[in-house]
Amino acid sequence: MTYHVNVRVMPRAGLLDPQGQAVEHALSALGFGEAAGVRIGRAIQLEVAAPSRAEAEARARQMCDKLLANPVTEDYLLQVEES
Amino acid sequence: MLDVAVVRFPGSNSDFDALRAAEAVGARSYFVWHRDTDLQGADVVILPGGFSYGDYLRAGAIARFSPVMQAVQRHAAGGGPVLGICNGFQILCEAHLLPGALMRNAGLHFVSKPVDLIVERNDTPFTAAFAVGTRVRLPVAHGEGRFLASDDTLRMLEAEGRVVLRYVAETEGSPWQPNPNGSAAHIAGIRNAAGNVVGIMPHPERADEPVLGLADGRGFFTSMAAWKSQRSTEKVSKQ
Repeated sequence: MTYHVNVRVMPRAGLLDPQGQAVEHALSALGFGEAAGVRIGRAIQLEVAAPSRAEAEARARQMCDKLLANPVTEDYLLQVEES
Repeated sequence: MLDVAVVRFPGSNSDFDALRAAEAVGARSYFVWHRDTDLQGADVVILPGGFSYGDYLRAGAIARFSPVMQAVQRHAAGGGPVLGICNGFQILCEAHLLPGALMRNAGLHFVSKPVDLIVERNDTPFTAAFAVGTRVRLPVAHGEGRFLASDDTLRMLEAEGRVVLRYVAETEGSPWQPNPNGSAAHIAGIRNAAGNVVGIMPHPERADEPVLGLADGRGFFTSMAAWKSQRSTEKVSKQ
Protein backbone atom coordinates (compact mmCIF):
# COMPACT_ATOMS: atom_id res chain seq x y z
CA MET A 1 0.00 0.00 0.00
CA THR A 2 1.00 3.55 -0.57
CA TYR A 3 0.08 6.12 2.01
CA HIS A 4 -0.10 9.84 1.62
CA VAL A 5 1.63 11.55 4.52
CA ASN A 6 1.22 15.19 5.45
CA VAL A 7 3.69 16.60 7.93
CA ARG A 8 3.15 19.95 9.57
CA VAL A 9 6.26 21.31 11.26
CA MET A 10 5.81 24.32 13.56
CA PRO A 11 8.18 26.33 15.72
CA ARG A 12 7.70 25.10 19.27
CA ALA A 13 5.08 27.00 21.24
CA GLY A 14 6.63 29.70 23.36
CA LEU A 15 9.66 30.16 21.12
CA LEU A 16 10.15 33.49 19.42
CA ASP A 17 8.99 33.27 15.80
CA PRO A 18 10.29 36.44 14.14
CA GLN A 19 8.76 35.48 10.78
CA GLY A 20 5.33 35.13 12.34
CA GLN A 21 5.74 38.45 14.14
CA ALA A 22 6.73 40.24 10.93
CA VAL A 23 3.72 38.82 9.08
CA GLU A 24 1.44 39.77 11.95
CA HIS A 25 2.70 43.36 11.73
CA ALA A 26 2.17 43.36 7.97
CA LEU A 27 -1.39 42.06 8.40
CA SER A 28 -2.06 44.79 10.93
CA ALA A 29 -0.68 47.41 8.51
CA LEU A 30 -3.08 46.07 5.87
CA GLY A 31 -6.03 46.66 8.17
CA PHE A 32 -6.30 43.16 9.61
CA GLY A 33 -5.77 44.26 13.17
CA GLU A 34 -7.83 41.33 14.41
CA ALA A 35 -5.11 38.83 13.37
CA ALA A 36 -3.01 37.64 16.30
CA GLY A 37 -0.72 34.80 17.21
CA VAL A 38 0.70 34.39 13.70
CA ARG A 39 3.24 31.59 13.52
CA ILE A 40 4.97 30.24 10.45
CA GLY A 41 5.91 26.63 9.95
CA ARG A 42 6.39 24.26 7.08
CA ALA A 43 4.26 21.68 5.32
CA ILE A 44 5.84 18.58 3.84
CA GLN A 45 3.99 15.94 1.88
CA LEU A 46 5.26 12.57 0.83
CA GLU A 47 4.16 9.12 -0.29
CA VAL A 48 5.18 6.20 1.88
CA ALA A 49 4.97 2.59 0.76
CA ALA A 50 4.20 0.40 3.76
CA PRO A 51 2.28 -2.79 4.57
CA SER A 52 -0.09 -0.99 6.92
CA ARG A 53 -1.21 2.44 7.94
CA ALA A 54 0.40 2.01 11.38
CA GLU A 55 3.69 1.05 9.78
CA ALA A 56 3.53 4.05 7.44
CA GLU A 57 2.95 6.35 10.39
CA ALA A 58 5.76 4.78 12.41
CA ARG A 59 8.20 5.24 9.53
CA ALA A 60 7.06 8.81 8.93
CA ARG A 61 7.54 9.54 12.62
CA GLN A 62 11.13 8.31 12.38
CA MET A 63 11.67 10.56 9.35
CA CYS A 64 10.44 13.51 11.37
CA ASP A 65 12.60 12.70 14.37
CA LYS A 66 15.71 12.20 12.26
CA LEU A 67 15.42 14.88 9.62
CA LEU A 68 12.15 16.64 8.86
CA ALA A 69 11.85 18.45 12.20
CA ASN A 70 14.49 19.74 14.60
CA PRO A 71 13.68 18.28 18.01
CA VAL A 72 15.31 21.28 19.73
CA THR A 73 13.07 23.93 18.22
CA GLU A 74 10.16 22.37 16.36
CA ASP A 75 7.09 20.22 16.89
CA TYR A 76 5.36 18.27 14.16
CA LEU A 77 1.95 16.84 13.37
CA LEU A 78 1.47 13.81 11.14
CA GLN A 79 -1.52 12.95 9.01
CA VAL A 80 -1.58 9.61 7.19
CA GLU A 81 -4.16 8.74 4.53
CA GLU A 82 -4.52 5.92 2.06
CA SER A 83 -3.73 7.31 -1.34
CA MET B 1 53.36 20.38 10.32
CA LEU B 2 49.74 21.24 10.97
CA ASP B 3 47.40 19.66 8.42
CA VAL B 4 44.09 21.45 8.09
CA ALA B 5 41.20 19.99 6.06
CA VAL B 6 38.57 22.48 4.93
CA VAL B 7 35.34 20.68 4.05
CA ARG B 8 33.49 21.97 0.99
CA PHE B 9 29.78 21.40 0.61
CA PRO B 10 27.76 22.59 -2.37
CA GLY B 11 27.09 26.17 -1.29
CA SER B 12 30.05 26.62 1.06
CA ASN B 13 31.70 30.00 1.13
CA SER B 14 34.70 31.48 2.91
CA ASP B 15 36.31 28.12 2.15
CA PHE B 16 39.25 29.78 0.39
CA ASP B 17 39.50 32.27 3.24
CA ALA B 18 39.81 29.41 5.72
CA LEU B 19 42.40 27.70 3.53
CA ARG B 20 44.46 30.89 3.27
CA ALA B 21 44.15 31.79 6.94
CA ALA B 22 45.48 28.34 7.88
CA GLU B 23 48.35 28.67 5.39
CA ALA B 24 49.19 32.05 6.92
CA VAL B 25 50.16 30.34 10.17
CA GLY B 26 52.29 27.75 8.35
CA ALA B 27 49.71 24.98 7.99
CA ARG B 28 49.33 22.67 5.04
CA SER B 29 45.69 23.17 4.19
CA TYR B 30 43.56 21.49 1.58
CA PHE B 31 39.95 21.01 0.58
CA VAL B 32 37.92 17.89 1.26
CA TRP B 33 34.79 17.45 -0.85
CA HIS B 34 31.48 16.60 0.80
CA ARG B 35 31.40 13.22 -0.97
CA ASP B 36 34.86 12.27 0.28
CA THR B 37 35.11 9.78 3.09
CA ASP B 38 38.77 10.37 3.94
CA LEU B 39 40.15 13.44 5.72
CA GLN B 40 43.66 12.56 4.54
CA GLY B 41 45.11 12.47 8.01
CA ALA B 42 44.02 15.98 8.93
CA ASP B 43 44.95 17.29 12.37
CA VAL B 44 42.20 19.89 12.30
CA VAL B 45 38.93 19.99 10.35
CA ILE B 46 37.20 23.24 9.49
CA LEU B 47 33.55 23.34 8.42
CA PRO B 48 33.31 26.73 6.71
CA GLY B 49 30.42 29.11 6.36
CA GLY B 50 27.95 29.47 3.55
CA PHE B 51 24.68 27.87 2.62
CA SER B 52 25.37 24.17 2.28
CA TYR B 53 22.78 22.47 0.09
CA GLY B 54 21.03 25.81 -0.22
CA ASP B 55 20.03 25.71 3.47
CA TYR B 56 17.15 23.51 2.28
CA LEU B 57 14.85 22.30 5.05
CA ARG B 58 17.00 23.92 7.79
CA ALA B 59 20.50 25.35 7.73
CA GLY B 60 22.91 22.45 8.08
CA ALA B 61 20.20 19.77 8.09
CA ILE B 62 21.17 18.12 4.80
CA ALA B 63 24.93 18.59 5.11
CA ARG B 64 24.80 16.51 8.25
CA PHE B 65 24.10 13.40 6.16
CA SER B 66 26.85 13.90 3.57
CA PRO B 67 29.49 11.15 3.41
CA VAL B 68 32.27 13.40 4.70
CA MET B 69 30.38 14.04 7.94
CA GLN B 70 30.85 10.41 8.96
CA ALA B 71 34.60 10.97 8.71
CA VAL B 72 34.23 14.20 10.67
CA GLN B 73 32.22 12.36 13.35
CA ARG B 74 35.00 9.77 13.67
CA HIS B 75 37.67 12.48 13.79
CA ALA B 76 35.76 14.28 16.54
CA ALA B 77 35.09 11.08 18.49
CA GLY B 78 38.84 10.41 18.49
CA GLY B 79 39.51 13.81 20.03
CA GLY B 80 40.43 15.53 16.77
CA PRO B 81 39.77 19.28 16.69
CA VAL B 82 36.79 20.44 14.60
CA LEU B 83 35.89 24.09 14.09
CA GLY B 84 32.50 24.97 12.63
CA ILE B 85 32.20 28.53 11.45
CA CYS B 86 28.75 30.03 10.85
CA ASN B 87 27.04 27.43 8.63
CA GLY B 88 29.66 25.01 9.99
CA PHE B 89 28.30 25.72 13.50
CA GLN B 90 24.77 25.05 12.24
CA ILE B 91 25.95 21.73 10.76
CA LEU B 92 27.64 20.70 14.03
CA CYS B 93 24.38 21.34 15.91
CA GLU B 94 22.32 19.41 13.36
CA ALA B 95 24.86 16.57 13.58
CA HIS B 96 24.47 16.57 17.41
CA LEU B 97 28.20 17.18 17.83
CA LEU B 98 27.13 20.32 19.67
CA PRO B 99 23.88 20.92 21.58
CA GLY B 100 21.19 23.44 20.70
CA ALA B 101 20.17 24.99 17.40
CA LEU B 102 20.61 28.19 15.43
CA MET B 103 17.40 29.94 14.50
CA ARG B 104 16.30 32.87 12.38
CA ASN B 105 17.76 36.13 13.73
CA ALA B 106 15.40 37.88 16.11
CA GLY B 107 15.41 41.02 13.94
CA LEU B 108 14.76 38.94 10.79
CA HIS B 109 17.58 40.79 9.00
CA PHE B 110 20.59 39.08 7.55
CA VAL B 111 23.30 40.66 9.70
CA SER B 112 26.66 41.37 8.07
CA LYS B 113 28.92 43.58 10.17
CA PRO B 114 31.72 43.49 12.71
CA VAL B 115 30.73 42.62 16.27
CA ASP B 116 32.57 42.70 19.57
CA LEU B 117 32.93 39.46 21.49
CA ILE B 118 34.52 38.15 24.65
CA VAL B 119 36.68 35.02 24.53
CA GLU B 120 35.52 33.09 27.59
CA ARG B 121 37.47 29.86 27.20
CA ASN B 122 41.02 29.30 26.08
CA ASP B 123 41.09 25.57 26.79
CA THR B 124 40.18 24.68 23.20
CA PRO B 125 42.48 24.07 20.22
CA PHE B 126 41.04 27.22 18.63
CA THR B 127 41.22 29.79 21.40
CA ALA B 128 44.37 28.89 23.36
CA ALA B 129 46.17 31.96 22.01
CA PHE B 130 43.76 34.30 23.78
CA ALA B 131 43.70 35.26 27.44
CA VAL B 132 40.29 34.57 29.00
CA GLY B 133 38.26 37.77 28.88
CA THR B 134 39.95 39.10 25.75
CA ARG B 135 37.67 41.32 23.74
CA VAL B 136 37.88 40.61 20.01
CA ARG B 137 36.24 42.21 16.98
CA LEU B 138 35.17 39.84 14.20
CA PRO B 139 32.70 39.99 11.32
CA VAL B 140 29.41 38.10 11.40
CA ALA B 141 27.34 37.36 8.29
CA HIS B 142 24.27 35.28 8.92
CA GLY B 143 20.48 35.16 8.77
CA GLU B 144 20.16 32.30 11.24
CA GLY B 145 22.53 32.81 14.12
CA ARG B 146 20.24 33.01 17.11
CA PHE B 147 21.53 30.27 19.37
CA LEU B 148 18.78 28.47 21.21
CA ALA B 149 18.71 25.49 23.53
CA SER B 150 16.47 24.17 26.28
CA ASP B 151 16.83 25.83 29.69
CA ASP B 152 18.51 22.68 30.99
CA THR B 153 21.05 22.72 28.16
CA LEU B 154 21.75 26.41 28.66
CA ARG B 155 22.33 25.83 32.38
CA MET B 156 24.62 22.91 31.57
CA LEU B 157 26.64 24.97 29.06
CA GLU B 158 27.18 27.67 31.67
CA ALA B 159 27.88 25.25 34.52
CA GLU B 160 30.43 23.31 32.49
CA GLY B 161 32.05 26.43 31.08
CA ARG B 162 31.27 25.53 27.51
CA VAL B 163 30.48 29.01 26.21
CA VAL B 164 33.59 29.89 24.22
CA LEU B 165 32.53 33.20 22.67
CA ARG B 166 29.90 35.67 23.83
CA TYR B 167 28.69 38.87 22.21
CA VAL B 168 29.47 41.85 24.42
CA ALA B 169 26.47 42.56 26.57
CA GLU B 170 26.58 46.31 26.29
CA THR B 171 27.26 48.89 23.60
CA GLU B 172 29.69 50.86 25.70
CA GLY B 173 32.96 51.24 23.86
CA SER B 174 31.58 49.67 20.71
CA PRO B 175 30.11 51.37 17.67
CA TRP B 176 28.14 48.19 16.99
CA GLN B 177 25.07 46.82 18.70
CA PRO B 178 25.60 43.95 21.08
CA ASN B 179 24.12 40.54 20.33
CA PRO B 180 23.22 40.98 16.66
CA ASN B 181 20.73 38.11 16.48
CA GLY B 182 18.94 37.71 19.82
CA SER B 183 21.04 34.70 20.80
CA ALA B 184 20.28 33.13 24.19
CA ALA B 185 22.65 34.43 26.89
CA HIS B 186 24.49 36.37 24.13
CA ILE B 187 26.12 33.10 23.08
CA ALA B 188 28.24 33.32 19.91
CA GLY B 189 30.20 30.09 20.22
CA ILE B 190 30.25 26.89 22.27
CA ARG B 191 32.32 23.77 22.64
CA ASN B 192 31.57 20.11 23.30
CA ALA B 193 32.30 18.50 26.66
CA ALA B 194 35.79 17.39 25.62
CA GLY B 195 36.61 20.80 24.18
CA ASN B 196 37.81 19.56 20.79
CA VAL B 197 34.65 20.51 18.86
CA VAL B 198 33.91 24.23 18.69
CA GLY B 199 31.17 26.08 16.81
CA ILE B 200 31.17 29.86 16.37
CA MET B 201 29.02 32.28 14.40
CA PRO B 202 31.66 34.97 13.61
CA HIS B 203 34.22 34.56 10.84
CA PRO B 204 37.85 34.63 12.09
CA GLU B 205 39.06 33.52 8.65
CA ARG B 206 37.82 36.78 7.15
CA ALA B 207 39.61 38.90 9.73
CA ASP B 208 43.15 37.71 10.22
CA GLU B 209 45.28 40.43 8.58
CA PRO B 210 45.45 44.17 9.23
CA VAL B 211 44.89 44.72 5.50
CA LEU B 212 41.44 43.16 5.90
CA GLY B 213 40.54 45.80 8.45
CA LEU B 214 40.30 43.34 11.33
CA ALA B 215 43.02 40.97 12.50
CA ASP B 216 41.71 39.38 15.71
CA GLY B 217 40.79 36.21 13.81
CA ARG B 218 44.44 35.27 13.46
CA GLY B 219 44.47 33.98 17.05
CA PHE B 220 42.12 31.13 16.14
CA PHE B 221 44.66 29.89 13.61
CA THR B 222 47.79 30.42 15.71
CA SER B 223 45.94 28.45 18.42
CA MET B 224 45.62 25.50 16.01
CA ALA B 225 49.32 25.68 15.17
CA ALA B 226 50.22 25.82 18.87
CA TRP B 227 47.91 22.88 19.59
CA LYS B 228 49.69 20.83 16.93
CA SER B 229 53.20 21.65 18.08
CA GLN B 230 52.27 20.93 21.69
CA ARG B 231 50.85 17.58 20.65
CA SER B 232 54.00 16.76 18.65
CA THR B 233 56.13 17.59 21.68
CA GLU B 234 53.98 15.34 23.86
CA LYS B 235 54.42 12.49 21.36
CA VAL B 236 58.18 12.91 21.30
CA SER B 237 58.45 12.97 25.08
CA LYS B 238 56.35 9.80 25.33
CA GLN B 239 58.69 7.88 23.00
